[in-house]
Amino acid sequence: MTSLPTQNRVDGLLALPPTQNPLSSSQARWNHAAVLTRKLGRSPLTILGLAVVVILVLMALLAPAMTGGVSPIAQDLSGRLQPPGAAHWFGTDELGRDIFARTVYGARATLAIVALVGVIVVPVGLLVGTLAGYTGGFLDAVLMRITDIFLAFPSLVLALAFAAALGPGIVNAVIAIALTAWPPYARLARAETASIAHTDFIAAVVLMGASKWRILLRHIVPLCMSSVIIRLTLDMAGIILTAAGLGFLGLGAQPPTPEWGAMVATGRSVVLDQWWVSTIPGLAIFVVSLAFNILGDGLRDIFDPKSA
Amino acid sequence: MNPPMIAVQNLSVSFKGPHGPVSAVRDLSFAVEPGETFGIVGESGSGKSTVLRAIAGLVAASGGHIRMAGEALGLRRTKAQRSAMQMVFQDPYASLHPRHTVDRALQEPLAIHAIAEPERLITTAMADVDLDPALRFRYPHQLSGGQRQRVAIARALILSPKLLLLDEPTSALDVSVQAEVLNLFQTIRSTRALTSLLVSHDLAVVAHLCERVAVMQRGTLVEVLTAEALRRGEARHPYTHTLLAASRGYRRVGSPHEGMPLAPS
Repeated sequence: MTSLPTQNRVDGLLALPPTQNPLSSSQARWNHAAVLTRKLGRSPLTILGLAVVVILVLMALLAPAMTGGVSPIAQDLSGRLQPPGAAHWFGTDELGRDIFARTVYGARATLAIVALVGVIVVPVGLLVGTLAGYTGGFLDAVLMRITDIFLAFPSLVLALAFAAALGPGIVNAVIAIALTAWPPYARLARAETASIAHTDFIAAVVLMGASKWRILLRHIVPLCMSSVIIRLTLDMAGIILTAAGLGFLGLGAQPPTPEWGAMVATGRSVVLDQWWVSTIPGLAIFVVSLAFNILGDGLRDIFDPKSA
Repeated sequence: MNPPMIAVQNLSVSFKGPHGPVSAVRDLSFAVEPGETFGIVGESGSGKSTVLRAIAGLVAASGGHIRMAGEALGLRRTKAQRSAMQMVFQDPYASLHPRHTVDRALQEPLAIHAIAEPERLITTAMADVDLDPALRFRYPHQLSGGQRQRVAIARALILSPKLLLLDEPTSALDVSVQAEVLNLFQTIRSTRALTSLLVSHDLAVVAHLCERVAVMQRGTLVEVLTAEALRRGEARHPYTHTLLAASRGYRRVGSPHEGMPLAPS
C-alpha cells in the first residue's frame, strides 16, 4: 500500500503503477498523466498524429533554420516554375520563390489561425454552454437562441462579408471562422453541464456555500474540458480547410505572406504543366488536417474513462 | 425555551410533471431538538429524501416554512447558513468530484469559507473518520465505496456543522462496510454536539441510531414515535405496522410457516 517517493521518479514514469499512494497533489497529477501517457503509448496512430502536429509547431518556430536562410518571399523571375530538384526541393512558383521555404513558413500562418481560433472558440463556447446548462430557465433559452443564430451563419459567406467590410487579412479570417465555430462547443458544454449539474458532488459544493462562478469554473468546466479539447482537435481539420479556402479566395493571408490556401490558388493556372506549385501546399493541408483528425480520435479514446 | 434546531412547518414540495405539478411532500411538520438524532423512514417514493433536500435548500418548497434555530431558511442562503448544515449523500460514487483528490475535496470547503490552517484541519478530519492518511492524494476511483463515504463524511464535518443531514448514507454500501459506517456515526454523535437528521428505508438502521422516528407515506407524515416504541413494535398507525412487518422478512401468505421469516432455500 505505502510507496517510497523515489519510486515515482520521472524516468520510471511509464512503469509507474497507477494505484500507488501519491504523497502530494502534484504527484497525484503526475500519476494521472502517466496513466494517460501509457494509454497514448498503446496507440501508434495517435502518436503519428501527435508527431505531425509537433512537426508543424517546430516548422513554424524554426522556419528560418529549416530553410537554411532561404527567404519565402525572395523572387527570382529567371528561375520561375522550376521543377523539384536539388536546388529547390519542392521547385519554384510563378515568381521564382522557393516552394519548400514557402511551405515551411506557411506553417506559421496555419498555426496562427489554428491557435487563434482555439483561443477564441474554447472559452466562449465553454462559458456560454456551461452558464446556459447550469443556470437553466430564461438565461438558458436566451443564450441557446443566440447560439442558434450564430450556428446559422455560413463561415465562408461571413468571411466574405468581413473582407468586404474590414478588408481581407488573416485576423479578419480568424474572426470570421471563430464567430461561426463556437456554437457547437456551447451546445456540447451545455449538454455535459446539464448532466453534471444535478449530480450529488455539485449539490455538495452548493451546500458548502460556493458561489455560482466558483462551481462553474472550478467544478463543471474542468469536467467539460476533455470533450471540448477532443472536439477542437477534430474540428481543426475543418478550420484549417476553411482557412485554406479563405486563402484560396484571397480573403486570408495577403501576398506575399506564404499561406497554403493562397499557394494552391496561385498554382491553379499552371496546374497541368507545373503540378508541384499547387500540389505541395495541397499535400501540406491534407497531411496536417489528417493528423489533427487522427489525434482527435486518439484523444477521445485516451480521455475516455471507460477504456483501461 | 430554546427554539428547536430544525423546525419544519406545513412543508410542501411539488415538482413539474407532464400533467401539471406532482406533489412529493404535503403539509409536513416536525421539529428536531438540539443534539437529537431524528430519523425519517418510508418506502421508496414516500418523499423522505425530498424533505431532506428541501431542508438543505437544494429544492424549493412550494409551501410552509423551514426554520433553523428560529431563523427562517429559503432557497438562497448565506455562507454561514450553509456551513451550519451539511449533508452526506446516498451514493458515495456520485457525491465526490471524479477529478478531485481526497485532499482537494477536503480543501474546497475550507477555501470557500476562507478558514485558516487547512493542513491541520484536513489531517484531523481524515483521522476523525478513520481514513488512512496515505489515501490523501488518491482520486475517488482509487478508493473503495466505504472509503469514499468516509471522505464524504469528513467533507461534511470539516465545516463543523450544527446539523448533519444523512440521506441513506449506508444503503449503497455492502453489509460489513455499513456496520463500520454506522459505528462511525455513533462515535461522531457521541464526540460532537451534533444534531442529525437521518433518512433511511432501513428500520434497523434508524432504530439503531435515532431517538425519534417519523414515518412517511406518499408525501405525508404518518406518525412520529420514539425509537424505543419502534423497537417494541408499538406503532399506532397501520402503515407503520406494515413497514415493521416488512422489515422482519418476507413471508408467504397462507403458507404453514406464515409469520416466520422465510428460510433461505
